Amino acid sequence: MNTATVSDAETPRSLTARILGTPSVGPLLVLLGFCVIFALTNPRFLATHNLSIILQQTVIIGVLAIGQTLVILTAGIDLAVGAICVLGTIVAGKLVNLGYDPVLSMGFAILLCTAAGLAAGGLVSGLRLPPFIVTLGILGILTAALRLISEGGAFPVRDPFLAWMGNTMKLGGFVLTYGVLIMFTLYAIVWYLLNQTKWGRHVYAIGNNAEAARLVGIPVRRHLLSVYVLAGLIYGIAAWLALGRIPNADPNAMQSANLDSITAVVIGGTSLFGGRGGLIGTLIGALIVGVLRNGLTLAGIDPLWQDLVTGILVIIAVALDQMSRRRS
Amino acid sequence: MADHSPHVVLEARNVVKTYGHVTALDGVDFELRAGEILAVVGDNGAGKSTLIKTLTGAVHPTSGDILLDGAPVHFKGPLDARHAGIETVYQDLAVAPALDIAANLFLGRELRAPGLLGSLFRRLDKKRMREEARRAMGELKFRLPAIDNPVESLSGGQRQGVAVARAALFARKLVIMDEPTAALGVRETGQVLELIRSIRDRGLPVVLISHNMPNVFDIADRIHIMRLGRRAAVVTPKTHSMNDVVAIMTGAATA
Repeated sequence: MNTATVSDAETPRSLTARILGTPSVGPLLVLLGFCVIFALTNPRFLATHNLSIILQQTVIIGVLAIGQTLVILTAGIDLAVGAICVLGTIVAGKLVNLGYDPVLSMGFAILLCTAAGLAAGGLVSGLRLPPFIVTLGILGILTAALRLISEGGAFPVRDPFLAWMGNTMKLGGFVLTYGVLIMFTLYAIVWYLLNQTKWGRHVYAIGNNAEAARLVGIPVRRHLLSVYVLAGLIYGIAAWLALGRIPNADPNAMQSANLDSITAVVIGGTSLFGGRGGLIGTLIGALIVGVLRNGLTLAGIDPLWQDLVTGILVIIAVALDQMSRRRS
Repeated sequence: MADHSPHVVLEARNVVKTYGHVTALDGVDFELRAGEILAVVGDNGAGKSTLIKTLTGAVHPTSGDILLDGAPVHFKGPLDARHAGIETVYQDLAVAPALDIAANLFLGRELRAPGLLGSLFRRLDKKRMREEARRAMGELKFRLPAIDNPVESLSGGQRQGVAVARAALFARKLVIMDEPTAALGVRETGQVLELIRSIRDRGLPVVLISHNMPNVFDIADRIHIMRLGRRAAVVTPKTHSMNDVVAIMTGAATA
């Protein structure tokens, strides 16, 4: 596009170009902006107690959004996030209530979530069906099946192991649940996979140009399958996190999880067209959603406004993505 | 010409390919010599692309032999051919636009860090890949912006340059280019042709399929002319004119 690039063969990109080119800078500024506004309007916002609550409220969507990021990076979308996570809570809760060993029950539930990911990935990569339709179908099937299993209603799950993620530890004046630590650990692990390994690089390549990926010898279908399986495993871990937060298995829970996880990913700067973005953005995106809900609640604003503001943010984020793609 | 009998890198003998009643290749011969750019030209339906596909393993010949460095080979698929040292460049730009130049050059063949970091933690050696990419582009004398720029920030010619350089970087025997400049403008075509020349000058033979006669006459050492599923003639730009070649392609003349 610009002829100048031809001549400066040896000059590396300038620092400002690097910073501005980093996709998570925009979302970070938005996050800081909201924090400043809420801190100025309400002194309670910055209290350590409140900050730890924000983190705890972000955990489940934050973890689901990791799997959602992986799928969206391959130019797919996952509408079964919430349903697969609920599958985990119901199965684990049901088994424990029937008297089975809690560790085995939770393990089996997480395995089942992984299998749901395998099913989605198999249909997407094997039969080449659109991810949108496959996960919509799985959402429908799971929602119906889970209501049947749980006979329609929610039931309490009282078991110390299943609630383990809700245990807290103090870090200075900061109260952290184990769940929060697990969330950050998962982000670190998957970030490493995406940015420092061949596997991650191929995820980006497939989302960018699946045909080019195939031509250079990347086993595209097998790779897609691995992405959905990993996403399923992560949704299973999120189920354990959910039981740690609310000791209750509810087939009607997490109905907004699809939208919320997609919101976190998109606000975080990951492109819905695949191949661009990353996990740091998603973490910031999930925090933006958490901060927004918390700050507006503290300000005593009707919860409906929270959804409205989130909706506007999503549209702005997608519009910005579209515009930058059209320019290049 | 035959005095020194130069080493033949890739050869096809009497290759036939039929699809039902349709004969795509009717006993074609093919010979790529060491250190040359061999252009393959022919009218539509003359069997150019079927010939190339049999050479790269995408199509299995009905009969006939293919020899690499004098030894018969039977490629089961394109990956087989690649493992044997044959790289192919396609006309559509086969790059991942959001990844940087170094990542594209090493796509599918990433280098891992040495030691435990690489073997256990599967960590990529990004620094070494950048260094090697820089060195390779320097050797090929192909001018590009810094190696950590995303490929989408490049011009079409530079992008195709990345795809061509990738093939050259990993090909051990030869590179096959299928209309590599078809999607490019005049100036960008020039850049890519220059690159193909420097690949040949480094000792790697190139098979170039092209419709563009001026390009062919610009860089080819020899021209393999296809007609009706056979090799009609092999000529050189020195002994024949473009009109001669077109005449042989259409059957109006013989070599």
